[in-house]
Amino acid sequence: MKKLVIYKNRCKACGFCIDQCPKDALSLGDEYNASGYAAVVVDDDLCIRCGTCYRVCPDSVFELVEE
Amino acid sequence: MAKDLLTPKLISEANRFCPGCGHGLIAKMIAQVLEERGVEDKAIQVYAVGCSCLISTVVRADSIQAQHGRAPAVASGVRRARPDAVVYTYQGDGDAAAIGLSESLYAAYRNENFTAIFVNNGVFGMTGGQMAPTTLEGQKTATSIYGRNTALTGQPFKLAELVAQMPVAYVERCSLTDAKHIAQTKRAIGKAFDNQLAGKGYSFVEILSPCPTNWNMEPVKAYKRLADVVSGEYKLGVLVDSEEE
Amino acid sequence: MRRMMKGNDAVSEAAIRAGCRFFSGYPITPQSEIVEYMSWRMDEVGGSFVQSESELSGISMVYGAAACGLRVLGSSSGPGFDLLQEGIGYIVSAELPALIVDVVRYGNGLGEIVPGQSDYWQVVKNGAHGDYHCLVYAPASIQEAVDLVSVAYEKSEYYRNPAIMMYDGAIGQMMEPVVLPEMKEHDPDQFDWAMKGRGGEPQKQITSACYYKHPVPQNYVDNLRNKYAEMEKNEQRWESYMDEDAELIFVAYGIMSRSCREAINEARKQGYKVGMIRPISLYPYPVKAFESLSDNLKGFISVEMSALGQMVEDVRLAVNGRKPVYNYATGKMIPDTDEFISYIKNVLEGKEESV
Repeated sequence: MKKLVIYKNRCKACGFCIDQCPKDALSLGDEYNASGYAAVVVDDDLCIRCGTCYRVCPDSVFELVEE
Repeated sequence: MAKDLLTPKLISEANRFCPGCGHGLIAKMIAQVLEERGVEDKAIQVYAVGCSCLISTVVRADSIQAQHGRAPAVASGVRRARPDAVVYTYQGDGDAAAIGLSESLYAAYRNENFTAIFVNNGVFGMTGGQMAPTTLEGQKTATSIYGRNTALTGQPFKLAELVAQMPVAYVERCSLTDAKHIAQTKRAIGKAFDNQLAGKGYSFVEILSPCPTNWNMEPVKAYKRLADVVSGEYKLGVLVDSEEE
Repeated sequence: MRRMMKGNDAVSEAAIRAGCRFFSGYPITPQSEIVEYMSWRMDEVGGSFVQSESELSGISMVYGAAACGLRVLGSSSGPGFDLLQEGIGYIVSAELPALIVDVVRYGNGLGEIVPGQSDYWQVVKNGAHGDYHCLVYAPASIQEAVDLVSVAYEKSEYYRNPAIMMYDGAIGQMMEPVVLPEMKEHDPDQFDWAMKGRGGEPQKQITSACYYKHPVPQNYVDNLRNKYAEMEKNEQRWESYMDEDAELIFVAYGIMSRSCREAINEARKQGYKVGMIRPISLYPYPVKAFESLSDNLKGFISVEMSALGQMVEDVRLAVNGRKPVYNYATGKMIPDTDEFISYIKNVLEGKEESV
């Protein structure tokens, strides 16, 4: 099973991945990252590792890697 | 087992584009395309001025900054000086369609064997959101505060259609609207680089991209505007494919 | 082996023999021969030639090729030379070597296609914006132009700064016997700054030096100042002619210096003690030639084919108030010997006002 890695300091909270995720697994988190954005967080139970977030993120926040 | 999906090695994470800006996406796709073909160490990127000039801080290929508008001419010099390099230009609206229109068209006219990426976001972003040749009728910008009057200033500029008149290898217009359109954009960029590697000539990809900051919209709404408004004026699809002819 | 060559052709061939392998330009009188010559010669040596759609595009291509380490040539005249300024400014700013030729035509705007020396300010005092100088060479003969081509390339590579060779339409169009140098190969890969695809190394960025290369602003300022200070110390070139005992010294460059020399020879026969300082580098201006001034020297006469006199300002700066300086600005004419001698007489009789 792949793991969704989130580089939260790259996130600018644009919300595009949240909009595009087919399973509504993503949302803005409660913590601010080093740039002052509420970085995205994933609900691991909902995430199906489709890679859509990886493909649509302008800031390379996501990676999908082998566990 | 499917491959891992990783950040391209060419990409620097110090990315100063605005939240939701399409440039970041396009930069990532260019990096992926180069790395998938194993040519990232032969790439020379030629950019100019505007928000697009930040490309050199995000895609860490050898880069040269041309004068505003002159990237296709500078690239023509680079192309001949380094026949083994993979050369591409990266420009926005002002650079490719306003001040640099002549250089854009003449590179196409000479069917230069390099790849041209044109990012169309309907404004001059870096300088504060002034009207661009690609601004739509009625669109409010810093130099069209009541909305663009195309009767006075000209119709939204169709650069892909102009380039398509030249004897070139490939012209496509894509959009960053959603995951499906982004995938098509990546395919177009890939095709444009494959053409260069096969020596087929000038390949031009125009990409409709959002500018949330200067459109005064949240990023998600800006991406929606590409679908709802911009794509209506700027038709997506392949305009020229020399392979098909 | 000496052969008769037209000035523009000889300079083009000298560039080829210095290893120049990229040219892009646009026709304009009186430099079109350079574009024409390169259009067939570049191919013969495996270089690249593009007749660009404009000078603006041409100089941009030259900039791109220079960034890849090639020896490059750009050229133009008059309004076309104006269009090169944007590109020259970028080449300077990116700290790249290049040779640009200005074959001067007289006048403002479209001007005329006759020879002139009315571009001094633009070439020597800068046509692009910003804090910079180009090395500027002003040959007075075709042989000298040919010899200065390889000097210009070497110096522009050493300093990482473009060089401009300025000669007027007469030198460009006339034919004289020349000895050409041997063909030399130039290796674009010898420079660690030259772009060729990063090849596993860190990214190279060719851009405005004050944008990316000197993140600490003071380094940028120091480096710039030091570069030009070194040029001013080491790169002044001039010829002195009969000036040791001269009462009046002409200062003239290029084609004007040749008529001046002839006039000096005749004037000497008539008993006038006159001589000449002939600048060969216009930047850096050869101020060393003006260092020691004899007591019997009565003044300097700056002679130029311009209406206003442009180089005369640099003569005044070099002389620094120690002797009078006269502005013999001749418009678009070269005076004949009698006119030179009349002028000498007028100066000696106090009929000319110094500037």
